[in-house]
Amino acid sequence: MSILEYNGAAIIAMTGKNCVGIAADTRLGIQAQTVATDFKKVFKVNDKLFVGLAGLATDVQTLDQILRFRQNLYELREERPMTPKVFSNLLSNILYEKRFGPWFVEPVVAGIDEAGKPFLSEMDLIGAPVYTDDFVVSGTCSGNMYGMCETLYKPDMEPDDLFETLSQALLSSVDRDALSGWGGVVHIITADGVKSRVLKGRMD
Amino acid sequence: MGDSAYSFSLTTFSRTGKLLQIEYALNAVANGRTSLGICAKDGVVIATDKKLTSSLVDVSDVSKVEAITKSSGFVYSGIGPDYRVLVRKARKSSQQYYRMYAENQPVSQLVKQTADVMQEYTQSGGVRPFGVSLLVAGVDGDGSPRLYQVDPSGSYFGWKATAIGKNYVNAKNFLEKRFQEEMELEDAIHTALLTLREGFEGEMNSHNIEVGVVNKSDGVFRLLTPEQIQDYLDEAN
Repeated sequence: MSILEYNGAAIIAMTGKNCVGIAADTRLGIQAQTVATDFKKVFKVNDKLFVGLAGLATDVQTLDQILRFRQNLYELREERPMTPKVFSNLLSNILYEKRFGPWFVEPVVAGIDEAGKPFLSEMDLIGAPVYTDDFVVSGTCSGNMYGMCETLYKPDMEPDDLFETLSQALLSSVDRDALSGWGGVVHIITADGVKSRVLKGRMD
Repeated sequence: MGDSAYSFSLTTFSRTGKLLQIEYALNAVANGRTSLGICAKDGVVIATDKKLTSSLVDVSDVSKVEAITKSSGFVYSGIGPDYRVLVRKARKSSQQYYRMYAENQPVSQLVKQTADVMQEYTQSGGVRPFGVSLLVAGVDGDGSPRLYQVDPSGSYFGWKATAIGKNYVNAKNFLEKRFQEEMELEDAIHTALLTLREGFEGEMNSHNIEVGVVNKSDGVFRLLTPEQIQDYLDEAN
């Protein structure tokens, strides 16, 4: 049993035309036993920036608190919100600080920068980042998610199109994974705001 | 800093509510060589009098205007060695900022950080306040040019134009008369040199002053070379 697979998770983020989407399942399990179907894994950092945390549930929640703490302090001191690139770098540093006793999370950062350009990044549990311009995935069924994204993704999708693609990619990936699924959420971030929807999928 | 043997602060309140050590530190600043700065609409200029005690001193080795980040720099009036400590700390902290956020530290953050350090030394065990006031020039995160003064107490002020050190009263009066709201950087540099010359003992030339400039267009803080300074001085004549 790998500690990163103890609770189960599936997170995908994708870019569209001047928008980004981030989707996650909502299962919380203790190994095989499902314990909750409304567990939050995607968190809002600011109006233009979301972070998805896949991994050990306690670390998911603690890191959410730590990240909110850091971002609040930054906003108070600098009188401006954190840009996605800055946040991603900060998160990478926070993870690396625990290099020899890491946080068991593999996060995904999705946001829109000040110029309106979409931003994605994903990192491993010790903060090694990857920046892409199409999609990033993290979780217990990452192989499935890579396959689905690679097949379904097209560049410059409009927000509604992006929502459809993200939802289908997530739902099909988690159906073949015992540890993820049991409901899903999708957030689409545009310059005008965020639209969040709950997905209706197989509850098994 | 601050020996464990001295767990009490050396800067303590007088009956009248003053922190005399800070007042005395400000005296040290007022005895220092004049420095001034002007914030133009498209950049900032800072300058100082580099006059040295003897003609035998290798003047090119002395550095009073120092870059801290790519887009900000310091100049001081007061005790040189104290200044060097602050420059080192500021450079280190701005690099730490870059490591954390992958972004250059905005000038306003740099100023707050430095001011915090100076305040610490008025409340920590076994140390004395820094005997310098700093003038900080830089282009902030939003692209706007900024000039700040930081005092030994840790107070900081944003200025449109100011002077510190010997003769600062006359220099500030001169600046008040000459300063215009929408001043351009070139005019600001000229005005800075004229102001410096006003209170200069002896002849001012390109080797006994230092000038630092940050232009809004490229956001890079640079020292003017003696040749460049000479050009400005020639224009002024």
